[in-house]
Amino acid sequence: MENEFYSDDFRIIGCEEESGEAIGRAPINYWQNGWLRFKKNKVALVSSILLGLIIAMTIIGPMISGYKMDIAALTTRNKWPSAAHWFGTDQLGRDIFTRVCVGGRVSLLIGFLGAVIVVVLGSLYGGIAAYFGGRVDTVMMRIVEILKSVPHMLVVIMISIVLNSRSIPTLLLAMTITGWCSTAQLVRSQMLQISREEYVMAARIMRVPPLTIVLKHLIPNSLSVIIVNFTFRIPGFIFGEAFLSYVGLGVQSPNTSWGALAAAASSTVLFYPYQIFFPTLMIALTMLCFTLLGDGLRDALDPKLWR
Amino acid sequence: MAVLLDVKNLSVSFRTMHGEVKAVRDVSFELHEGENLAIVGESGCGKTVTSKAILRLHDRSGGIVSEGSEILFEGKNIVRMSRKEIGEIRGNGISMIFQDSMTSLNPTMVIGKQIAENILIHKKTGKGESLSQAKKLLELVNVPDAAERMNQYPHQLSGGLRQRVMIAMAIACNPKILIADEPTTALDVTVQAQILELLSDLQKQFGMSVILVTHDFGVVANFADRIQVMYAGSIVERGKKEEIFSDPKHPYTWALLKSIPGRHQGHKGELYSIRGTPPDLLLPLEHCPFSPRCEYCMPICKKRRPEEKYMTETHGIACWLTHEKAPRVDNPLKIGGEARAR
Amino acid sequence: MLKYSLKRIGYMLIVCFVVITITFFLVHLIPGDPILAMASEVPEDVRVVYMAKYGFDQPLYIQYFKFMGQLFSGNLGDSLRYPGRSVAEIIKSCAPISAQIGGISLAIGFIAGVVLGIFAAMNLNRWQDRTIMILSLIGTTLPVFVIATLVQYFLSVFWPIFPTTGWGGAEYLVLPVICMLVDPLATYARYMRSSVLDVIGQDYILTAEAKGASNFRIITRHILRNAFIPCLTMLVTSISGIVAGSFIIETVFSIPGLGRYLISAINDRDYSMVLGINVVITSFYILTVLLADILISAVDPRIRLADNKGRGKA
Repeated sequence: MENEFYSDDFRIIGCEEESGEAIGRAPINYWQNGWLRFKKNKVALVSSILLGLIIAMTIIGPMISGYKMDIAALTTRNKWPSAAHWFGTDQLGRDIFTRVCVGGRVSLLIGFLGAVIVVVLGSLYGGIAAYFGGRVDTVMMRIVEILKSVPHMLVVIMISIVLNSRSIPTLLLAMTITGWCSTAQLVRSQMLQISREEYVMAARIMRVPPLTIVLKHLIPNSLSVIIVNFTFRIPGFIFGEAFLSYVGLGVQSPNTSWGALAAAASSTVLFYPYQIFFPTLMIALTMLCFTLLGDGLRDALDPKLWR
Repeated sequence: MAVLLDVKNLSVSFRTMHGEVKAVRDVSFELHEGENLAIVGESGCGKTVTSKAILRLHDRSGGIVSEGSEILFEGKNIVRMSRKEIGEIRGNGISMIFQDSMTSLNPTMVIGKQIAENILIHKKTGKGESLSQAKKLLELVNVPDAAERMNQYPHQLSGGLRQRVMIAMAIACNPKILIADEPTTALDVTVQAQILELLSDLQKQFGMSVILVTHDFGVVANFADRIQVMYAGSIVERGKKEEIFSDPKHPYTWALLKSIPGRHQGHKGELYSIRGTPPDLLLPLEHCPFSPRCEYCMPICKKRRPEEKYMTETHGIACWLTHEKAPRVDNPLKIGGEARAR
Repeated sequence: MLKYSLKRIGYMLIVCFVVITITFFLVHLIPGDPILAMASEVPEDVRVVYMAKYGFDQPLYIQYFKFMGQLFSGNLGDSLRYPGRSVAEIIKSCAPISAQIGGISLAIGFIAGVVLGIFAAMNLNRWQDRTIMILSLIGTTLPVFVIATLVQYFLSVFWPIFPTTGWGGAEYLVLPVICMLVDPLATYARYMRSSVLDVIGQDYILTAEAKGASNFRIITRHILRNAFIPCLTMLVTSISGIVAGSFIIETVFSIPGLGRYLISAINDRDYSMVLGINVVITSFYILTVLLADILISAVDPRIRLADNKGRGKA
């Protein structure tokens, strides 16, 4: 045993200048780390792929089905799904697959645009309130509280009646007019929390200009919360549109949406259950994917959940 | 003095998404009755993990205590105990104080109830009795207006008072061992001294053994009987307080002692700091873990891990410098004649 | 505590006033002549008489003051659609029905959801947890009218257990309640589960464990209360959802509740009905928000303290 030790091994060489400072793992930044975590989350990954497929279907579906969404054919009314009509046909003999694809465009568009509007508006409003603080913040947040104290759907219904139009912009306006409030509250509290953190204090003490603090600290650190909120808001709008369609305030013929298709088919569910099944399936799948995607993003982007 | 706690070959690891982090690597030590043992090291060296492992508090957080590990308390192996058996020891035979008293107290429960809970669990007393005992405990740890404080929530107390509440909670059942994990780190310097004094008083009064986990040699100097220095999950040097302060042998201990402000500042009044960062605990570390940062590193240090060698019965060092073939290196602290135990 | 409550009540009254005012002007912005909407072939002189009867010929601000004045005496005006019946009278007869369905659904959904959430968290990643989570996920992905259609189809047509539509005894209550409770049930199961998991990771749970507390004790004394508080704050959102759900459910099951009256009043341009129901629902909603606020402050000591120190910074 002793023979293994050579005298040469026992001379002091000191520490190497470099190796002591070497960091074991390659440094990765916030978004890389988030992406790594997201990639490991199979459920979220599958959800985003599925969402991609759904979006692709709504775009190219009508081209491959060979039918036009609004061509009625009396000979093929209420046909069950078959090789000719993959999702069957409706009361007027229109191909449901084509209609589901085209309706999907409207539903997804309303979902995306609605979420973009409320998230952008809410972030700006909440950010401004948090940034100015004090009385400005109090007044701005009181306004939000008042707007929020009417049940959301009541507002949506009232606005769509007052505007007396069933176009997509009208629907979006009705659903976003108070919809941004919750995002505003979320962003404000997140930003307030960050502005109380030591690193923002440090930046203030070092006289970093306020705008730079907002751009370099407040926004990047709120971004994950905003992105997750965005993901969770999309299904809310798809749902809201479906709700309005059922009440008769949604998109009007000849335009259609998943909600409108399901609502129209709900009266004949006893005889032609497939007519309600496919649009509902699309709504449910989309909801499911966005929810799971949002969960995955939240887990991936929240440093507090990292171990 | 009888051995109260005997830790043998303790290894604890955590599974993370990057791999298995081996936080504690084959640590063995003893704790005697009425003794103050300090575990000292940088953050991440495994000192907190070691102390939590004694109460098996890693069960929930996913810590894995490896097969060969043994923690003998009064002759029984804590590692192999059932949930019920360990439950009887926690807070009763061995209790623990945590670093952050704000997050370690239940925010929605008044502190009187939180202290009384410990008594309620282990002693067969009624609610009223345990509450009045809790009040006595609060007085014992010098909390003013104890009766009023009993009905307050943690956020209504100052940091120092909360830490006193934590101590009252920990000593409620006269434990044999009190583990204090960085009990003063989150406190003001003035309050730190009071808390340490209180711990020291209580220790004498109750004849407990205390394991003090800290990164602060200043705290240790006034408090501990024996010191264990940990680095990267292992003990690199251990010994009585006098041995560690007056005759430290491990370069890491030298470096730690040198970096205490005011004690060994160089001529220019600069603070000494150890270069580099501790190693990644994902790695197996077949060599001496301190070698990349060691000023006295030798080729052998990068090849093999040093065995622990005992200078006296109590003073052990895991360093190749203690090998007979190694060149004699004097304690750098001694050269200036500055090193003296306080 | 009392000061806090009084302050909230005062605030609530102001909000009610503002919201009612906004609603009033919104309703009167609805395009279309209310008299013509009910019967298109009305002679001009009759129309003028009716307009005068309901005060529609007066300037809007006078109508507003009249309305607000009547409101204080509990008078919401007369219905246009059902001549001779006052709006207050109709609301009085149908509000309890909506409240009954909504209240029962929310209570069952909330309690069952919270219990399921705890159960799922306690069995983390086992089959019980996965089943509950998958089912509640599915529950949140179906539009309420699809759920209603399915429930109606299976429990009333396929297996004729419950009446398809209508209102009467307890058996009429079952299907609407099932449809309405899906959303709160699923929401609270998911929310409570993540809340419990969040609390389990807190330091004070480790403290309780270090005390030697049994699992049962840790759950009942330390986890539940702390995990429950965030769920209470969700109640407000759920009530809003229940209100929206009632519009659909009451239409599907032909239940003479506030929701169905509102939808039909909208289609009939029944101004005073729409306005009246709006006022009632909104006031009720604001009241529940207030109650939830007070409830939370009673359970969470930290909020009580924040109020004592003044909520300026909160």
